Amino acid sequence: MIGYIIRRVLYAIPILIGVNLLTFALFFFVNSPDDMARLHLGVKRVTPEAIVKWKEDRGYNKPLLYNAANAGADKLTDTIFFRHSVKLFAFDFGRSDQGRDIGYDIYQRMWPSLAIALPVFLVGILVHITFSMLLAFFRGTYLDTAGVVLCVIMMSISALFYVILGQYLVSMLLRLVPISGYDVGMEAVKFLILPVIVGVVGGVGASTRLYRTFFLEEIGKDYVRTARAKGLSELRVLFRHVLKNAMIPILTGVVVVIPLLFTGSLILESFFAVPGLGSYTIDAIHSQDFAIVRAMVFLGSVLYIAGLILTDITYTLVDPRVRLE
Amino acid sequence: MKRPGATRSALLALSLVFTASAAASWNNPYPAAEAKSNILYSAFRERPKTFDPARAYSSNEYLFIAQIYEPPFQYHYLKRPYMLVPLTATAVPTPSYFDKRGRRLPQNTPAGSIADSVYEIRIRPGIYYQPHPAFARAADGRYLYHALSPYDLAGRYAIGDFPQTATRELVAADYVYQIKRLAHPKLHSPILSVMNEYIVGIRDYADVLKKEYEKIAGGRDTGIYLDLTKFPLAGVEEVDRYTYRVKIHGKYPQLLYWMAMPFFAPMPPEADRFFSQPGMAEKNLTLDWYPVGSGAYMLTLNNPNRQMVLERNPNYHEELYPAEGEPEDGPAGLLDDAGKHLPFIDKVVFSLDKESIPRWNKFLQGYYDRSVVLTEGFDQAIRFTGEGDTEVSDAMKQKGIRLLTDVAASTYYLGFNMLDPLVGGYTERARKLRQAISVAIDFEEQISIFENGRGIAAQGPLAPGIFGYREGRAGINPYVYDWVDGRPRRKPIEYARQLLVEAGYPGGVDPASGKPLSINYETPAIGPERKAQLDWMLKQFNKLGVQLVVRATDYNRFQEKMRKGDAQIFDWGWNADYPDPENFLFLLYGPNKKVGHDGENASNYDNPEFNRLFERMKNMENTPERARIIDQMLDMARRDVPWIWGMHPKNFLLEHAWMYNAKLNQMANNTLKYSRLDPVQRAERRTAWNRPVAWPIVAVLGTLLVGAVPAVVAYRKRERGAAR
Repeated sequence: MIGYIIRRVLYAIPILIGVNLLTFALFFFVNSPDDMARLHLGVKRVTPEAIVKWKEDRGYNKPLLYNAANAGADKLTDTIFFRHSVKLFAFDFGRSDQGRDIGYDIYQRMWPSLAIALPVFLVGILVHITFSMLLAFFRGTYLDTAGVVLCVIMMSISALFYVILGQYLVSMLLRLVPISGYDVGMEAVKFLILPVIVGVVGGVGASTRLYRTFFLEEIGKDYVRTARAKGLSELRVLFRHVLKNAMIPILTGVVVVIPLLFTGSLILESFFAVPGLGSYTIDAIHSQDFAIVRAMVFLGSVLYIAGLILTDITYTLVDPRVRLE
Repeated sequence: MKRPGATRSALLALSLVFTASAAASWNNPYPAAEAKSNILYSAFRERPKTFDPARAYSSNEYLFIAQIYEPPFQYHYLKRPYMLVPLTATAVPTPSYFDKRGRRLPQNTPAGSIADSVYEIRIRPGIYYQPHPAFARAADGRYLYHALSPYDLAGRYAIGDFPQTATRELVAADYVYQIKRLAHPKLHSPILSVMNEYIVGIRDYADVLKKEYEKIAGGRDTGIYLDLTKFPLAGVEEVDRYTYRVKIHGKYPQLLYWMAMPFFAPMPPEADRFFSQPGMAEKNLTLDWYPVGSGAYMLTLNNPNRQMVLERNPNYHEELYPAEGEPEDGPAGLLDDAGKHLPFIDKVVFSLDKESIPRWNKFLQGYYDRSVVLTEGFDQAIRFTGEGDTEVSDAMKQKGIRLLTDVAASTYYLGFNMLDPLVGGYTERARKLRQAISVAIDFEEQISIFENGRGIAAQGPLAPGIFGYREGRAGINPYVYDWVDGRPRRKPIEYARQLLVEAGYPGGVDPASGKPLSINYETPAIGPERKAQLDWMLKQFNKLGVQLVVRATDYNRFQEKMRKGDAQIFDWGWNADYPDPENFLFLLYGPNKKVGHDGENASNYDNPEFNRLFERMKNMENTPERARIIDQMLDMARRDVPWIWGMHPKNFLLEHAWMYNAKLNQMANNTLKYSRLDPVQRAERRTAWNRPVAWPIVAVLGTLLVGAVPAVVAYRKRERGAAR
């Protein structure tokens, strides 16, 4: 298994280079270094000299990918792409175009992101599995039909609607928790309740419907019939046998997102004013801070790859038939 | 079997939930211990880019640094028109004028004869900086934190991580140091290009500093300290401990306005040295994030990702609330605190709240003390009276919310590119075409529909309150308006159509092609929310039979088109730096053109007579002669129509009943110190407005429980059926 993991890590290197190149190409297709400078320097009294200086200070005065003016390896290394990308592989994120230490900002913002994402993830799994098992248990009944219809309705509604409805209902009408904001320590709890509820409820439709399908597929298999024939109660069959086997496809979708919990939620963090990595990324895109955008995309890619490797490892744990060669 | 204990517990829990209304507010975003503290709560939408006074130029940056840094002058809080008064200076100086030979000239010398002006500014003794580690010294007199090693810096990420602090008296040299910083090669001060024209020697000084910096840096990016005290700047000198002089080329009265901005606030060299140490920038410890000032407040928490906190500067010098104002200020209670020591509020908490709806709702709940009026919440908050005035709605009145309005020192306009062969130029054809379009675009309607009446139609480039702006009949644009029944009335569309005929485009048709005129409209307004406005604009041109091609684009592309002159009609705006007509009229000054000069004259208007008058007017005092020249310039611009004079926006500010001393001031940014609040009244109202409603929770739980019964019954039936 160790050999397999090493091989996967090595495969990740060209993938990360590709992701970096793609991010770079997309970013600079939309923005030029001059655009970035103007946005950072403001709209009033910006002189061409100030733009030149801004670009020089941040290394954006170099060619994008190929420096024909240089000789040898410098043709490739003395470019914006090389200077801004290579250090990422050592997890040195450098400084943002505003001058802040990106690594420190990521470290600071990771915790608020986790504070929302982790409860949403854990409570979400519990709630979604419970609901889907309930529907599977009452399969073919009116309850099942009503549940599926409700799931389809819920998954058709925009996440933004849940946010606005939640804020209006829970914070404005019932006045149970703050509308938005964040604090440190235990004071943070009151700010997390609503985004976590919204995050969990927002995911009920899609996840419950998916998991129900997994459960129904397992329920129709021979080993379940055998278990029933042995006289086991339906609940026991569901929890002891069906749940265990249905967990394999569920894990496929679940484990891969665990590392990505660090990167936070774009909508939840923006609307609930949570200073996490999701809002950090959105802000960077709005302010055309390429240094942060590339760092966050790189981090997201690394975490996604880590999630995929983790999923493979988890398979071996839950299904003895799987071997990583 | 009955279990009375469990029933009792359940009932007790229920009663606790139902009586929750008696408890404190659950939705309070602030610590309960702060409930009755003298703290003002506000929000910020995006993190400021910099707090360095040499670089900061945006309103969201001034919101903070104007409370911290103290330039020598400030605007009087209450008096209008805006006037400068001393802040740290003993007086607003009168400049001395000199000819080319250095001989002193009388005050009434014409601007053209003045070679140099000298401003001598005397600072009040006994003003001290906020406590800061940059000033901290050991017993032997050396600075404690000026030679930090990487080991010393380990674990320090905020100013609070440096436990020792001290202060120092503010001296004239600090002001000199800051002016030198405007030329620092790494700071890119946005006003350096302006100051290059005026402050004697600053252009060469920037070159000297650049060379020195490169020598010291040796390829390093950070941790470089360029000691500006070692490099004299010809035009700025320290006369004595409390006096400094600024020498400028020619006459430039607007320099005093610049000197009321943070660009000219004092910077202690110790602070610059402290933050320039190797390893500091890597930890975000820079002047960009940690201001060091002598103002009423100091920044004690700088977490731009979540919260910024200003606290009263314990070393703040004596400053009293003004005892004079406008006639209406007394009855409005704005002079009740006259003569009292500033500031009134102990602490100001700014929370990051990017989305407007949560921000608005928090204001309604009493968790923000003031709020602007949202477009989405306009009908909820504001209503129009029969006279066309605005006031707060009944719901707001019941909460004791007050409305403050003021016309901003800003202008939003539609510009014509004067270099364009169709809409530009100075021929009678082009003038009449532009005049026709100006009449056709009904800005009164635009303000009413899209701005909820928050603005006034502009009659020229000058905003109300600026010298040269005329009220009433004398101030209207006669090419677009008639004076009817004591108010300006837009000329009828038939008049515009006639102008179009005279321009050679009857019915909006170009006789050369036989097709309707087609004009491109460049706008950075993108997104579905702006579609209605763009559709409205199309209709305005349709009135003349002219086709408008909307070319909406992002702001960067838009700017690029403007720089290249690839536009015909475009959206633009300007917020005044200072209350002087020069700051508006320079937007039409030829040598300040966007194309070729990268100036702020976006329409590339270049009328030699206008330019000549501008050069005369710009350096004059506010005299009747200056007003007469401005009248001439305005008439010229109105006739040439380089802009369709759009609108001057109105600022609407709502504040709760517990707030006092609010008066909108378009020029001053350091107004927090005048605000006062009643925390006890606020705490009472917050509690009354935010009693939690908990019974729906019980109802939902009960419904779930009741709903579970048939499921359990069905399960049991199924199990029994299976057993059989």
